[in-house]
Amino acid sequence: MSINIIIQITIFLSILLLTVKPLGIYMARIYEGKPAGLNVLLAPVERWIYRLTRVNPMQGMSWKTYAVAVMLFNVLGIISVYILQRFQYFLPLNPMSMPKVAPDLAFNTAMSFATNTNWQSYGGETTLSYFTQMLGLTVQNFVSAATGIAVLIAVIRGFIQKQIDTIGNFWVDLVRSVLYILLPLSVILSLVLVSQGVVQTFTPSAKAELLQSIRDTDGKTVTEQVIALGPVASQIAIKELGTNGGGFFNVNSSHPFENPTPLSNLLELLAILLISAGLCYTFGYMVRDRRQGWAILTAMLIIFIPCLLICVHSEQKGNPAFNDLNIDQNVSAFQPGGNMEGKEARFGIVNSALWATAATAASNGSVNSMHDSYMPLGGLIPMWLIQLGEVIFGGVGSGLYGMFAFVIVAVFISGLMIGRTPEYLGKKIEIYEMKMSALILFIPHMCVLIGTAVAVVLPEAKAAVLNPGPHSLSEILYAFSSAGNNNGSAFAGLSSNNFFYNIALGLAMFFSRYWLIIPMLAIAGSLSKKKIIPVSQGTIPTHTPLFIVFLVMIVLIVGALTFFPVLALGPIVEHLMLRGV
Amino acid sequence: MKEQIRSAILLFIILSLLTGIFYPSFITGVAYIFFPHQSNGSMLYQNNKFLGSALIGQEFTDPKYFWGRISGTSPVTYNGSSSSGSNLGPSNPVLIDKVKERIRTLKEFDPGNTNPIPIDLVTSSASGLDPHISIAGAYYQIPRVARMRGLTEETVKAIVNKYTSHRIFGLIGEPVVNVLELNLELDSIKIK
Repeated sequence: MSINIIIQITIFLSILLLTVKPLGIYMARIYEGKPAGLNVLLAPVERWIYRLTRVNPMQGMSWKTYAVAVMLFNVLGIISVYILQRFQYFLPLNPMSMPKVAPDLAFNTAMSFATNTNWQSYGGETTLSYFTQMLGLTVQNFVSAATGIAVLIAVIRGFIQKQIDTIGNFWVDLVRSVLYILLPLSVILSLVLVSQGVVQTFTPSAKAELLQSIRDTDGKTVTEQVIALGPVASQIAIKELGTNGGGFFNVNSSHPFENPTPLSNLLELLAILLISAGLCYTFGYMVRDRRQGWAILTAMLIIFIPCLLICVHSEQKGNPAFNDLNIDQNVSAFQPGGNMEGKEARFGIVNSALWATAATAASNGSVNSMHDSYMPLGGLIPMWLIQLGEVIFGGVGSGLYGMFAFVIVAVFISGLMIGRTPEYLGKKIEIYEMKMSALILFIPHMCVLIGTAVAVVLPEAKAAVLNPGPHSLSEILYAFSSAGNNNGSAFAGLSSNNFFYNIALGLAMFFSRYWLIIPMLAIAGSLSKKKIIPVSQGTIPTHTPLFIVFLVMIVLIVGALTFFPVLALGPIVEHLMLRGV
Repeated sequence: MKEQIRSAILLFIILSLLTGIFYPSFITGVAYIFFPHQSNGSMLYQNNKFLGSALIGQEFTDPKYFWGRISGTSPVTYNGSSSSGSNLGPSNPVLIDKVKERIRTLKEFDPGNTNPIPIDLVTSSASGLDPHISIAGAYYQIPRVARMRGLTEETVKAIVNKYTSHRIFGLIGEPVVNVLELNLELDSIKIK
């Protein structure tokens, strides 16, 4: 690994960690309703929204009411995105006259964006009108992210409150997430991105005269290049900040109009982890024990950094299949070297692998390189990070509440070991919380493994793969891992735009989003009703290195045991074959 | 329950208008005022002719031009309205064939060049629209382009260096050469 690679990784992680505290405090103060700068300015807007929508912000909700509100709002989102796609031909802002989207694809896309997954079965510039992109996808990018954060805040209230039946008001948490956090950050980021060359326009595609005419696959001479445009920057900003990941274009953030320069790449990359990392601090701040937030963030980094280094190393080493072809795969001052198939020259190896790792650790799922063309172990890392349950940073809000499920399991096991009643932050962890946590851990695994198993026995599902051999299993496994953990990235060789995958992946996304949110809210409700037990000699501290390592082990063991067998048949076999073992 | 449904619908409408109409329109307006060139696609014009975008690559197969990355788009390569990578896996025989084919073409027009070929010249980009190649990828092609155009290698190298963008602070990103801008400049020399 060259020195420059180490420097680039260090710069990225340092900037990220520097933002954690200020952003974390800001977000905590917003949800606690305290002055935090912007809310002084925007409070009238917030009050006006509540008046208009007849929301009483003072009214608390029981966990069941909260869950009903979440579901109602999200179902509206699903219906809205579906309808917009089906009727886009009759709607405005469709300069390229995109026809209506097929029902199964519209279903898949609606599920995909409402659940914060942003799996792309469609190709943006070839399928959707500007209107659908804005009023369908951009809106869902905001509100699905806000839903995740809202649920997290409700769960944190469960830890703080003593013997209270309510866990906050979903409408308030939702509005505050959008108004004070997602919208201001998106405005800033999208304008900086435009300055770098990310397009933002309502004009139709442009037609350029080619410098050299070429022939298409039918042998016809082509002298023009049609360049797709659109209101891209506004969507890209929120797609990264909200860990959504659904790009404006088919190839997502590898498209030069989504991500043109090293600076745009760095900022988008930071945006992917920014809020999820900051929320760890928000959590510590709100429970009045900041060490708890740092402990979880440290656990995430302990898994993230080695995965990142393995991925970079594997890609930098290059493809042994090219060894006898007089090709230069070595890194130098003049070229990045390594496995450049499916990577952009301006990102090279380190910024591609960094993105692949960050966007799959977080449930972002955007890509700036094609994961399908990664070396077997380089591609295994993103896939495995997804399979761990999207808790290493994870989605905004959902990553941290997913991690709470692991924390609950960890304190439960460690409590059993020493024969004490397990507790976390002064709340007793009992059978009910364990049952719910088990559901949260198992449902995504079920979606991934059952989905993959069904797909590999169905002939039409098997026929959708592009690459032969063990890599074909990797393509299918990656698809279900991505949908079943709400990530959204793909081994894009799989032709997933057909009835089976659109429906199966759509359902996987639905279950792994809402069937996790509901048990999580149940935990919040149950914890909120409990007393807070004062710290005693028998309390296991949950901020110490010992507990952090224990938590990391729980996450790794659950993830490794569940998926090692199938990973062995996919990327691991392919790796051994390529290395000629 | 009824009041929750009402709030859900009303909030959905308000937030949709705020984030789906107001926000993108606001950004479009501000972008148009402050960054008209970038927000419209960083387009290149010469003598009122619209020649493409500095950010979107074009296919070059003529040996007098510098060639870019392999493009995986269809039905035509570098299709600006349908981006796509090759998605070929590292062990796929089709990948090896594609690489070998590119090597053959490179050698055909430059048989004397026995240097190892930079990897980015024989592999597909992620977007299929990559406007750049590595510096090594450009330097490798200098002898061929210079010979085809009757220019000295030094002249061509100077133009390559002119269209090279470097890392931020020498640290972040990768140094790359813009293929379309480079070729446009080469053509303008010929006219003189």
